[in-house]
Amino acid sequence: MRLEPKPAPSLATMLAYPIGAMAATFVISSLLVLAAGASPFSVFGLVAKGAAGSQFALLETLTRATPLIFTGLAVAVAFRAKLWNIGAEAQLYAGAIITVVLGTGLLPLPAPILIPLIMVVAMAAGALVLLGPAILKTRFGVDEVVTTLLFNFIMLLFVSMLLEGVLKDPMGMGWPQSQRVIAEAQLPRLIPRTRLHLGFLIALVAAVAVWVIMKKTTLGYEMRAVGHNPEAARFAGIPVNHVLMKTALLSGGLAALAGFSEVAGLKGNLTLDLSPGFGYTGIVVAMLAMLNPLGVVLAAIFVAGIFVGADAMSRTAGVPSYIAQVMVATSLLTMVVAIMLTRFRVRWR
Amino acid sequence: MIEAFEILFTASFWVAAIRIASPLIFATMGELICERAGVLNLGIEGIMVAGAFAGWLTVYLGGDLWTGVAIAAMAGAMFGLLHATLTVPLGLSQHVVGIGITLLATSLTYFTYRIVLPEVTSPPRIASFQPLPVPVLSEIPVLGPALFNQTPLTYLAFVTVGVVAWVLYRTPLGLAVRAAGENPSAVEAQGISVTAIRTGAVMAGSALMAVGGAFLTMSAFNSFFFEMINGRGWICIALVVFGSWRPGKALLGAILFAAFDAYQVRLQQITGGAVPYQLFLMMPFVLSILALVVMSRRAAYPKALMIPYQKGER
Repeated sequence: MRLEPKPAPSLATMLAYPIGAMAATFVISSLLVLAAGASPFSVFGLVAKGAAGSQFALLETLTRATPLIFTGLAVAVAFRAKLWNIGAEAQLYAGAIITVVLGTGLLPLPAPILIPLIMVVAMAAGALVLLGPAILKTRFGVDEVVTTLLFNFIMLLFVSMLLEGVLKDPMGMGWPQSQRVIAEAQLPRLIPRTRLHLGFLIALVAAVAVWVIMKKTTLGYEMRAVGHNPEAARFAGIPVNHVLMKTALLSGGLAALAGFSEVAGLKGNLTLDLSPGFGYTGIVVAMLAMLNPLGVVLAAIFVAGIFVGADAMSRTAGVPSYIAQVMVATSLLTMVVAIMLTRFRVRWR
Repeated sequence: MIEAFEILFTASFWVAAIRIASPLIFATMGELICERAGVLNLGIEGIMVAGAFAGWLTVYLGGDLWTGVAIAAMAGAMFGLLHATLTVPLGLSQHVVGIGITLLATSLTYFTYRIVLPEVTSPPRIASFQPLPVPVLSEIPVLGPALFNQTPLTYLAFVTVGVVAWVLYRTPLGLAVRAAGENPSAVEAQGISVTAIRTGAVMAGSALMAVGGAFLTMSAFNSFFFEMINGRGWICIALVVFGSWRPGKALLGAILFAAFDAYQVRLQQITGGAVPYQLFLMMPFVLSILALVVMSRRAAYPKALMIPYQKGER
């Protein structure tokens, strides 16, 4: 068999293959639901109901989508320049650490000053965490996939060290958790008596900002050029290493905002289970969105819906909620095949 | 200070080092085979999770230990087949597919675990492999117990290194595997299918990774729990680079690494909490990054690593 490039694909093919990928994901997941001894129709019905069946469910899905938008954007930006940032998890925690360091009373400032200040410093911290692997890549040629993955483990241990040391909440009954952030550092709720917070709007703004950067600025053009063909980009006079550094700063900063918004908007403090793998799920979100920043928002809401819906479903139908993780991983693999099929024709000989 | 030094001369330290090294040796050899054929297999972490579970489950359901090892290897080979199908003939990004395989293998394992044991909080234990002392040799002071009083799976790990080295350097198949990673069109010119070689290498490599995972449930911890692989797969990728893609050097790297790991646990006990234990736990990961940086200058990557091959393309 061989692959032949297709001429510019029509909008119909651009949509048909991703939809096919989603269909394949549901078929594969249905087999697992059957193996668990339940009916796929009722299970997926319950997932859909749990994700969007009521105002409460829908708002919960949007709340869960918020960190995924940030990590999805972080991955989309990096992957566009072929900077394989698998370390969004570590960058997320860097943002979360800064949020509790600055937000628990160290700086007695009013909210309109304190919140933007925390955001900027958190982004800087996340950017710094990815800068290390980026420098190792450009200076020493060390594969950033492995280093960013290893950094995730180092960062989690570092957080654990802080939570049992300097950041430990003295009133925490011995639990490894930080103090709660002060009222001025909390993101207000968008709708009273729900969990949806300002972080969701910040995430939407970030998505639009990233879209503008990618489509309308020189940096965005350079990032795409570097990702498409680094040799050609270098030949065309684009400072490839500089572009990779800027990409790393942007990507790390975006991922850090996920940690910031989870602490300042939802949880209120830092714990070791702040992120149930938001960094890794961000990779799936970015791929489902085909690295489009605006698509990331939709993909994040879709993935969050699966997680929230599966939680609700497992409480009533008894199918393990891990089905959500399986669906998300399957959709990643079917989606990369679908993206390839929009660009290439498979010829069997 | 002297105490910290004396650790190195205790038999228990070296026994632990070799035990810690064993799963790493399996998985590192697995990754090495894949990369020698030109495929970076980032599914390693998830495949180790799946192998750990498959081996444990087989024994838990009444199978014998070696059947468990075989089932684990088969589970690994299946994930390898999926990885190879997507990355070799279809030429998809090895980074993205590898992470996808890790996510899929991990989540499928957790899902299956919850179906088999819906309400269990502490996972049941199994009767695992027991140490099998080699007569006479295991009596040698210090090194005897470390090398000759281990479980059969540890011996198998060392045998695997020999077999991998022999196949890679002394057989036509090994030549084809190495050539597929260096100069695939030369392989095709010999009338051998690059697709077949790479697919086979990824399947065989993934089977070894799964056995590495199975070592943890069947020879070390005796039960399966979540997060038990805990980054070991990623460390093995660093070990392959550290070993310059050579089985012997990679083996040495794995043992060195494991010795360090065993050492830090004992050092923790000596320092008695004066230093946060997390710093010690970080060391393996920091060490892996350092190894990558140090070796990067001399790294002789297989030239076609991560480059998809299309027949008839220049």
